[in-house]
Amino acid sequence: MDSMAAIRQTFFQECEEQLSEMELGLLAMDEGNADSETVNAVFRAVHSIKGGAGAFKLSELVQFAHTFETALDHVRGGKLTPTPDVMKIMLRAADVLADLVEASRDGREINEASYEGIAADVKALTMVDGVEEVEEPIDFQPTVIDFGLPELSVEAAPVANAPHQYRINFTPRSELYDNANEAVLVLRELNRLGTMQATCDASAVPSLDEVDPNGAYLSWSVRLSSEEEIAAVREVFEFVEGEAELAIEADGQAEVSDADIAALLAQALGSTSAEAPNPTPELPVEADKDASALKEEMSPAESPSSEPATVHALSADAAKPEARIAPVPTQTTIRVEFDRVDRLINLVGELVINQAMLSQRVIEANFAGSSSVVIGLEELEQLTREIQESVMAIRAQPVKPMFQRMSRTVREVADATGKEVRLKTEGEATEVDKTVVERLAEPLTHMIRNAVDHGIEAPEVRLAAGKPAEGTVRLTAAHRSGRIVIEISDDGAGVNRQKVLASAIKKGLIPPDAQLSDSDIDNLLFLPGFSTAATISNISGRGVGMDVVKRSIQALGGRISISSRPGLGSTFSMSLPLTLAVLDGMAVSVAGQTLVVPLTAIVETLKPKKTDIHGLGAEGRVMSIRETFVPLIDLGAELGFRDTPAQPENSVAILVETGGGTRNALLVDSIQDQRQVVIKSLEANYGTVAGIAAATILGDGRVALILDVDALVTSSFEESLSGELHYGTGG
Amino acid sequence: MTQTILTVDDSRTMRDMLKMALAEAGFNVLQAVDGVDGLEVLRASTPDVIVTDINMPKMDGFGLIEAVRKDNRYRKVPILVLTTESDAAKKKRAKEAGATGWIVKPFEPTKLIAAIRRVAA
Repeated sequence: MDSMAAIRQTFFQECEEQLSEMELGLLAMDEGNADSETVNAVFRAVHSIKGGAGAFKLSELVQFAHTFETALDHVRGGKLTPTPDVMKIMLRAADVLADLVEASRDGREINEASYEGIAADVKALTMVDGVEEVEEPIDFQPTVIDFGLPELSVEAAPVANAPHQYRINFTPRSELYDNANEAVLVLRELNRLGTMQATCDASAVPSLDEVDPNGAYLSWSVRLSSEEEIAAVREVFEFVEGEAELAIEADGQAEVSDADIAALLAQALGSTSAEAPNPTPELPVEADKDASALKEEMSPAESPSSEPATVHALSADAAKPEARIAPVPTQTTIRVEFDRVDRLINLVGELVINQAMLSQRVIEANFAGSSSVVIGLEELEQLTREIQESVMAIRAQPVKPMFQRMSRTVREVADATGKEVRLKTEGEATEVDKTVVERLAEPLTHMIRNAVDHGIEAPEVRLAAGKPAEGTVRLTAAHRSGRIVIEISDDGAGVNRQKVLASAIKKGLIPPDAQLSDSDIDNLLFLPGFSTAATISNISGRGVGMDVVKRSIQALGGRISISSRPGLGSTFSMSLPLTLAVLDGMAVSVAGQTLVVPLTAIVETLKPKKTDIHGLGAEGRVMSIRETFVPLIDLGAELGFRDTPAQPENSVAILVETGGGTRNALLVDSIQDQRQVVIKSLEANYGTVAGIAAATILGDGRVALILDVDALVTSSFEESLSGELHYGTGG
Repeated sequence: MTQTILTVDDSRTMRDMLKMALAEAGFNVLQAVDGVDGLEVLRASTPDVIVTDINMPKMDGFGLIEAVRKDNRYRKVPILVLTTESDAAKKKRAKEAGATGWIVKPFEPTKLIAAIRRVAA
């Protein structure tokens, strides 16, 4: 069923939200600054997951959620104190719940043994003196009057399909009407079971001036002939039980008089209750006791919700959009399939290109600058840009969910390494393109692992160094000049430079006599082949080094850098574009071709003098810029546009910086302009070209290639220059 | 005449499921995400039946029921609560607050419709 599949999808999306809400709340509880509403929110999240899981018959998920929920209910009711040890189990349970949700979503089997231990731990939280406490003691109280009738009711009607004859006396009390039940509706429902004859007794109706409009004065006696069993008859009265005097008698043979019914009723009551029977009993005393006991039982759980003032203080940034109180009760968000957004983005890309083409035509047609065509076109340009920005905003997502996932990583690695680490996050609301968020998750996870595994010291080492035993990893996000900057910092020992240097020399990555600054040494971490994973532990590694992290970041058009202070910790800083669909670039001409250099890579542009250029080795050239030498890359020759080297004095040099901080000068024929271009994947439409990141379509309809500066520099570097120079010029 | 049901649940999944089942049975469906929102919706419209969850942020199901029963305009609107288990305690508590009946989650659409039929005039 299609709509069911859609709801299933909604369920899992909602699970994601609830899991992150739960995680957030649990972390607040762990830090000891959770109020009752936080606990309630966590409870609700788990409860909702259970509810939905039940609807989709995900029994493992239901079961575990139920166990977890019970423990949370104990915390909510003040029966369980969220001590650090308790919270440790809760956080583990949260991880298991997340795993189970994921497994259910993907239709994977999950090995029950893998979480049995945690399930048992959670269950143990709700045990009192080793005995599992009964969740709802009230559950087992007998329900009284009506069903305790003599056995004849069931046994006297053994013949299959023979209509049962029921006699029902039904006297509603005012509560029934107060709760918006309606005696007539009950009778209507009863009538569906078979043929019915109802007699209304209005004798209790007082004179008109004494009538209480909310009072109940009517009673009915009903004769029902039905093939349904007595359970079906009782079910009709399910909602009004306790709000009416009710006697149901099933009897296949003789008519029974009212007196008989009273006697029968008395007999029935006598058999279930020691108290003296009353022909028309009020709710027995036991039931009332139950109700008051119940009230007491419920009140601790209830109290949190009676303090709504605390809600806002805590959930200010956690508030979901739909939690906002809007004057009109409509949803403030709509759900749109990602494909549709992508299609819209592609179309807007086409629009931008088309508009550029139109501009070109208008220029070619030589309209006057003040002509209405030119003015109209400018307006179109403006609008196009606004549309583009709005569309990009649709794809933007806060980094919060990704950040939340990191706290689990921190927990796991800390547990595995015996360290005490707390993750602090800032700027979770910072938004960035969905694709960037998705592709950032893996490198970020890796760096977080690194920070805990390599950065933070063991508790005893920390104590010896005069630091708190618990280390802190800080994860922050912020918008800075059109890019998002994400920083991961730890208060650990910082980069062990001696060790890194020795390791790099040993691996032959740098010559033994290389003179490196501190920051150069720190940057060695990003070198391919430099993975400390094997030498220190296998947690951070998983066979992936920081070079891979760096490459992933660069593939997103980002840069990464490190700064470290011995004994105080390290900070990795990443700067990424907000979107992958457009790029600010500089259009340059090389051998009649137009190329686009990403603006983020450009440091400055220069007009080289002949004396600035020096040969190096057989083919290499360097350019001197303010006392430093920078490798010169002749783009025309490098990309195979021409065989003869360009004349520097007739060219323009563009000084670029790679993600690793090395600088190079790109030699081009001329600069056209600076513009925003729509990125078109080259891989998807043509194939991978070394040194080229993507392509774009120009206003005149021609394709221009977008340079991958880092790849270009690396390949040029490998071809011609030695490693020593590379480091000597590092920025 | 088409009957209007107001469903109040903080879970989108549950709201969707209720809506699907109710719409298929020919009901007109209004939705609210919690008790406060539910009362907002009630300002603008009078449903024939309210179906509400118990555990919700801001104002839970009990709070909603009490508020509705206090208001003379809606006092007589039947309210069905959604409970996860066939839990006698919760039902009693809901009854005390003024609920008309209940629906046990996960619900079968037929049971849901039957419960509504039993309370809707």
